[in-house]
Amino acid sequence: MTATATFSIWRGDLQGGKLVDYQTEIVQGMVVLDAVRRIQADQANDMAVRWNCKAGKCGSCATEINGKPRLMCMTRLSDLSTTQPIRVEPMRTFPHIRDLVTDVSWNFAKKRTVRKFNPRKPDAADGTWRMAQIDVDRVQEFRKCIECFLCQDVCHVLRNHQLFDEYIGPRLLVYDAALVMHPLDSDQRLADLRHAHGIGYCNITKCCTNVCPEEIKITDNAIIPLKERVVDLYFDPLTRLFGGAR
Amino acid sequence: MAAPVRIEIPSRPAHFGQTSRTDPWWATPTVVFVVLSAFVVYSIWAALQGQDYRWGPYLSPLYSPELFGGPQAWLGGKPMWWPHWLIWSPAILVLWAPAGLRVTCYYYRGAYYKAFWADPPSCAVGEPRQSYRGENSFPLIMQNIHRYFMYLGVLYLFFLLHDAWEGLWFLNPAVGHRVFGLGVGSIVLIVDLILLSGYTFGCHSLRHLVGGSVKQFSACPVRARLFGCASAFNRRHMVWAWMSLCFVAFTDIYVRLCATGIWTDWRIF
Ligand code: SF4
Ligand code: SF4
Ligand code: FES
Ligand code: FES
Repeated sequence: MTATATFSIWRGDLQGGKLVDYQTEIVQGMVVLDAVRRIQADQANDMAVRWNCKAGKCGSCATEINGKPRLMCMTRLSDLSTTQPIRVEPMRTFPHIRDLVTDVSWNFAKKRTVRKFNPRKPDAADGTWRMAQIDVDRVQEFRKCIECFLCQDVCHVLRNHQLFDEYIGPRLLVYDAALVMHPLDSDQRLADLRHAHGIGYCNITKCCTNVCPEEIKITDNAIIPLKERVVDLYFDPLTRLFGGAR
Repeated sequence: MAAPVRIEIPSRPAHFGQTSRTDPWWATPTVVFVVLSAFVVYSIWAALQGQDYRWGPYLSPLYSPELFGGPQAWLGGKPMWWPHWLIWSPAILVLWAPAGLRVTCYYYRGAYYKAFWADPPSCAVGEPRQSYRGENSFPLIMQNIHRYFMYLGVLYLFFLLHDAWEGLWFLNPAVGHRVFGLGVGSIVLIVDLILLSGYTFGCHSLRHLVGGSVKQFSACPVRARLFGCASAFNRRHMVWAWMSLCFVAFTDIYVRLCATGIWTDWRIF
């Protein structure tokens, strides 16, 4: 079965741009990335598109489809209405390079401000550690992150308020959580979380959780537990008195 | 400490409501706005009535625990120290605690920031204001008090358990004392207790308290189990929140209708 669908794709660069309509044939089982690549091959050879794995694992095809931050390769056309043009735009939060490609390097630069994994002294004389499975289960969820930065794109603290200096964003709070909850890590990270990483800016509206293609429960399992730890250290007189979690 | 990150991000603010979303993004915040507003208006009205909150063995959850007020109150009638210029209702003395729990609840916070404050109106939709402080500074930094309301919320569950138990003991005029029984109202009180327990047990602060703060679960197996239980409730915290909210209002309406004679409670046995 074949049909035709219209795609409104953002074309342009730093100087400006506009949505351009392309019609292309679609067949069953196609994802948005297939259609965009077909348009690139047939009608717009100069269109800049970034993708790598086509399997939802590299995170490079992150764009906004009908206004929602999504991976092009994981968005099936059968889940979208083709009666209206399907809008494909670059992520809005980061500097635009060309067409569908944005510069996400801010995220990597910001990641370097997170203190590195700092394990406790080795458990055994040969310099190795012992961990129980139950201790690492919790951080396993955070390690699924593919760094697509869709959550950073949708987070209104960055997207609408541009607090790029004050706030580190949901992806990097997930990274923080993976370190804070790691059974071997011995670093004190809560001061950074409160001040340099600005966890207080998150108002737990869960947009990040809603867009995460890896279905990481960013707000419930990473950010709120970190907020609770910050409360332990800074705001709760009882845990301050008796010493809470670090 | 972290070195400052130097990457220029050109500012591209979106105006209020600006979005490329084609789905009805305004639907959920509108429903939240309507239901929460309706609940707030109703519960304030009901709490200020100061009457019709008891019928037979049933007590409205909005008035529980009844510290001062009617003949069954724990500590007696209207307190002497109550300012004469202030409207009196037994609910005023107790309702602030569950209200505080809901207002500072992590789930409700996210929901009402969107629905009442448009911060953001919905995901990937432009906002009305440029400035933003979030929960990083006053006043919203006060939300960090939530765990104290959670302690009270757990305490209130015992009061509601007591109410549900009392709701099973009906005065039998023939024998002159109370006998065990079951009315539709008893079931309503029990369901109310179950829903409020499900809501409270899924609290993020409780989850943190019972086990979330533990770094090595293998060293604390009991807390690991408790964390698992709290997490199970926590996964559906939103659903528990709405079900319990609506059911508290329904329970109050049920008791009120019985007390005013509009509705007759059906005694099952
Ligand atoms: S929950 Fe917090 S981190 Fe996630 S999108 Fe909302 S404000 Fe950003
Ligand atoms: S947390 Fe999810 S949305 Fe965010 S970068 Fe990782 S995979 Fe992408
Ligand atoms: S191409 Fe790798 S995630 Fe889409
Ligand atoms: S009651 Fe909702 S998070 Fe505590």
